[in-house]
Amino acid sequence: MKELVEYAKTLPNVAFVQENLYTCSEGGINEIKSAIPKHDLNRVVVASCTPRTHEPLFMGACEEAGLNPYLFEMANIRDQCSWVHMRDKEGGTERAKGQIAMAVAKAARLRSLSRIQLGLTHRALVIGGGVAGMSAAMALGNMGYEVDLVEKQDRLGGLLNSVNLVLPTHEPAAKLVDDLAGRVNENPKVTVHLRSCVTKVEGYVGNYVVSVAEDGKDISIKTGVIVVAVGARVLKPEQGFFGYDGEKVVTHYDLESMMREGLSSPENVAIIQCVGSRCQERTYCSRICCMTAVKNAILLKEANPATKITIFYRDMQMYGVENEDMFRRSKELGVRYVTYDPERPPQVGNGAVKAYHVRMGRDIEIPADLVVLSTPLVAQEEAGDISTMLKVPINENGFFLEGHVKLKPLDFATDGVYLCGSARFPSTIREAVAQGLGAASRAAGVLSKEALFTSGIVADINPETCCGCLGCVAVCPYGAINFFADRGVCQVNKVLCKGCGGCAATCPSGSARLDGFSNDQLFAQIEQALTG
Amino acid sequence: MAYSEVTEFSGQVGDFKVKVHRKARYVDDTRCTACGACAEKCPTRVPNEFNFGLDDRKAIYKDYAQGIPSVYTIDPKACKVLQGGKCGVCAKVCQAKAIDYEQKDTDVELTVAAVIVATGYEMFDATQIPEYGYGRLPNVISSLEMERLLSAGGPTKGHLSRPSVVRGEIRLKDLAKQIKKAEKAEDAEALAKLKAEEEWLEDHVKKYHTAKKLGFIQCVGSRDFRFHKYCSSYCCMHSIKEAIIAREHEPETESSIFYMDLRTVGKGFEEYKVRGAQVSGLKYIRGRVAEVTQDEDLNPVVHYEDTEQRRVMSMTLDMVILANACSPARGVVGLSKLLGIELEENNFVKTHPNRPLDTSVPGIFTCGCAQGPLDIPESVAQASSAAARAAEVVMTGGRALAV
Repeated sequence: MKELVEYAKTLPNVAFVQENLYTCSEGGINEIKSAIPKHDLNRVVVASCTPRTHEPLFMGACEEAGLNPYLFEMANIRDQCSWVHMRDKEGGTERAKGQIAMAVAKAARLRSLSRIQLGLTHRALVIGGGVAGMSAAMALGNMGYEVDLVEKQDRLGGLLNSVNLVLPTHEPAAKLVDDLAGRVNENPKVTVHLRSCVTKVEGYVGNYVVSVAEDGKDISIKTGVIVVAVGARVLKPEQGFFGYDGEKVVTHYDLESMMREGLSSPENVAIIQCVGSRCQERTYCSRICCMTAVKNAILLKEANPATKITIFYRDMQMYGVENEDMFRRSKELGVRYVTYDPERPPQVGNGAVKAYHVRMGRDIEIPADLVVLSTPLVAQEEAGDISTMLKVPINENGFFLEGHVKLKPLDFATDGVYLCGSARFPSTIREAVAQGLGAASRAAGVLSKEALFTSGIVADINPETCCGCLGCVAVCPYGAINFFADRGVCQVNKVLCKGCGGCAATCPSGSARLDGFSNDQLFAQIEQALTG
Repeated sequence: MAYSEVTEFSGQVGDFKVKVHRKARYVDDTRCTACGACAEKCPTRVPNEFNFGLDDRKAIYKDYAQGIPSVYTIDPKACKVLQGGKCGVCAKVCQAKAIDYEQKDTDVELTVAAVIVATGYEMFDATQIPEYGYGRLPNVISSLEMERLLSAGGPTKGHLSRPSVVRGEIRLKDLAKQIKKAEKAEDAEALAKLKAEEEWLEDHVKKYHTAKKLGFIQCVGSRDFRFHKYCSSYCCMHSIKEAIIAREHEPETESSIFYMDLRTVGKGFEEYKVRGAQVSGLKYIRGRVAEVTQDEDLNPVVHYEDTEQRRVMSMTLDMVILANACSPARGVVGLSKLLGIELEENNFVKTHPNRPLDTSVPGIFTCGCAQGPLDIPESVAQASSAAARAAEVVMTGGRALAV
């Protein structure tokens, strides 16, 4: 440490050096605060541990002492030096000197930056009035925020409106919908817009203006956050696909309404899983079709125990406690399961299903006066438009792509837009409820603030030199750059910008610059590193 | 409040009284900077339970570098000072003066409007299935032991060493000492025995160092009427993940996964499974494993029925990894009594069928594996939803209890 202190004193532009055992402790912070006015310092460098946890603390100390917080620089000589070179003290010390010199070189070129205070509309807009959307709207309403719920159909409930009974409760899905929709309608904070769709979205986190076509009229809604809960739809196969005809060969979507209207018990039922999923065209497993098939098999068996039911499957995806219970119950009721090989899928025709029975190693034929195809949930047709309007991504299957698949399942990379239910990926009722509430919770994280501030570290594009090549627009992961065709230039929306620097690195004309990481600052660091 | 437990509980939604018992760490958490000097100098070694005893830790310790809060703790059962002996090295080297051997347990009383039960799960104890040999056969390990072996911060720094070798190396050091002792004592019989063991172990350590042929057994304790009849949801994916990572660490690795149904219901999971076979060469074998034995070189031998080939078969492997079930946390029974919440038949926290976060007591919510097996994204999503339910209660004084 002593050696580093002495070395730092010799660096150009360094006016004062202080060694602390714990700079992050209250004592250390106070030393910074008193040294700034005492030695008339205009830049501060701390060489210590990681900026990830401690940079805001030191920046705050500078600010309190009257120095612009962006005139602060940190050298991470713990994670990037002492931890790496634990067994090489001499080499490590030399390396730390280099890091300090680089930080000082950059610090000399730092400029004051400012954070912009933004307005914040304390309202939420939820797109989609299915289970997830209703749950999100209810939760936000209960937390005291005004909510606009936009639903394209003439009633709330989404896909659940087409479901017959739910297990294990044997409750009619309609009752669930009525209950939830009733409470949404009664909630004084929630305004429901039926027969409505979003046509245009302008603005950014805290300050969106959303155009909605409601029943043919155009209205404009100001909102602070947007929750995407547009759900998914059941894939309707083409005529003839696995024998599909909508009468004797149907999907579960068809079967649900047939059962609700009172299906006369068929004698032999065959159910085929993974029809149109886990295949080349749709690589994903649609999560809910196995449990739907088992549920309907149980309900058919309960209605008439004499009905013979065979489920042709690849893997029964009955994850968790309740599904596995249901799976077992179906077997107790006598539902038969036959594994099939996707290379040799079952053939449907002439009132029978022919299949290669993997476990027996031979072909079998089973009579079937009703064949039910378990087709997957697929993305809504409007998902692409909504993704473009909100500048949030969808994946190759049209499902919305969350901020982080493990750790941010209900967020987008863009602040202010949240995600839940089958718009993200096929979900059960319980999962849709939980995700709706969860998205509300994430959205409330923004709404509960008094005001929003941008970071000072944002990009800027020089309109004088910008040639309008759109390279920056293509790399920006946050949709923060707009192209103005009339002037032929790109411009950064500093509110959306997260300061990643992608545009600055891409720009061929050097017009894009990231404040706090400008070329002259970085080149000074590199030069210092190379010349020592 | 880590290292703490709820000991008393009363009241109702909007006004719960909670007593939290905070165990003494013997380290002042407001002073400790987690520099690690104490653990470096501490002379007392004990088996590291975080790494399942595959290495040692000190009496003053932190489970892993990224642990939160980032504070060291003294293990009172191992620390010489706390056991009434002499030492005090950690207090001497601690520049932050954070060591406090006199620290006492404390109780904190809180008044809260809502409670979230997020007590998680325990890994199923596979010694209950003797035919799989866990705890008896050295190279049969649990999924979490595999995680530690694959971790760059783990006992082998991410190298997939076989446990018989890791433990064998520890034993070799011990043997060297014992041999010296036997030589001094001129005990020829003992010496011969020790030398034979040393010779065999040295050869074993050399020959079988890296595990390259792996077998993953699914549904260990799950979908099994003797133990848990439910499916643990996440094990198919973590076995596939571990097999893929093992291959990334060592390109010669070959993995077979023995399964009943490969459940790949999450976003991107099916694609990951397919890629596992195509890119990492994983073999998925549909069949329940009946028994694991081992040969004279401590290689586990898996006996199973390959249902697709309709044959009973055996496979000799370097290491077997069990996909241990997600068991309810043992402590949840006591906690549920204290809070007055109901558990379901498996001892997971019982929830309302249409309100997945609501327990049987208004104002007490639950999320994650406390209410049943869940993978990471679903747990994270549920955690946000439980927070929303709690926020509704806090903001409305408990009026908004229906979804």
